[in-house]
Amino acid sequence: MSQATENQAFASIKTAVDENPVMLFMKGTAMFPQCGFSARVVQILTHMGVPFKTANVLEDPELRDGIKQFSNWPTIPQLYVKGEFVGGCDIVTEMFQSGELQTLFDQNGIAKTGA
Amino acid sequence: MAMSAAEIEDMIKSALPDARITVEDLAGDGEHYAATVVSEQFRGLSRVRQHQLVYAALQGRMGGVLHALALQTSAPE
Repeated sequence: MSQATENQAFASIKTAVDENPVMLFMKGTAMFPQCGFSARVVQILTHMGVPFKTANVLEDPELRDGIKQFSNWPTIPQLYVKGEFVGGCDIVTEMFQSGELQTLFDQNGIAKTGA
Repeated sequence: MAMSAAEIEDMIKSALPDARITVEDLAGDGEHYAATVVSEQFRGLSRVRQHQLVYAALQGRMGGVLHALALQTSAPE
């Protein structure tokens, strides 16, 4: 990916993670996830009832590569909370089971939808 | 070109010599594995940093020939 395209991808990623308190880069959409790992993270976020935005990397090859450089993380899905990279499917699942994910949301003032 | 469990273990071991590693083949296709890695080098690091050390040890194969690696990392008790 050329430097210019990478900068462009980084800029749009930065905007997305800054503007959306809970941002999930995934394969597919929340309604139609196209990968088991992405689907699991959507399931966890839905279960916790917090509002979240998704971006479908399958629709945007530059985003799909750019996000991996941006976070120095080789796989999708990738979850960001308040602009900070939280982890992929394994880490999000572990944090959900240990209660750390709820704590992270609480600490960042991310309440359930309609709470 | 898939990877073998032994290959994964060797690569992690070369980067983390003290590590205790288990690798489990999830699908038999050489692309989907689960691994636990226990190493002193993880002490004090966030989970993301711990996993990044393992991904670095795999030298770019993660997300490429190695489609999925369910990782559990920790420092020794």
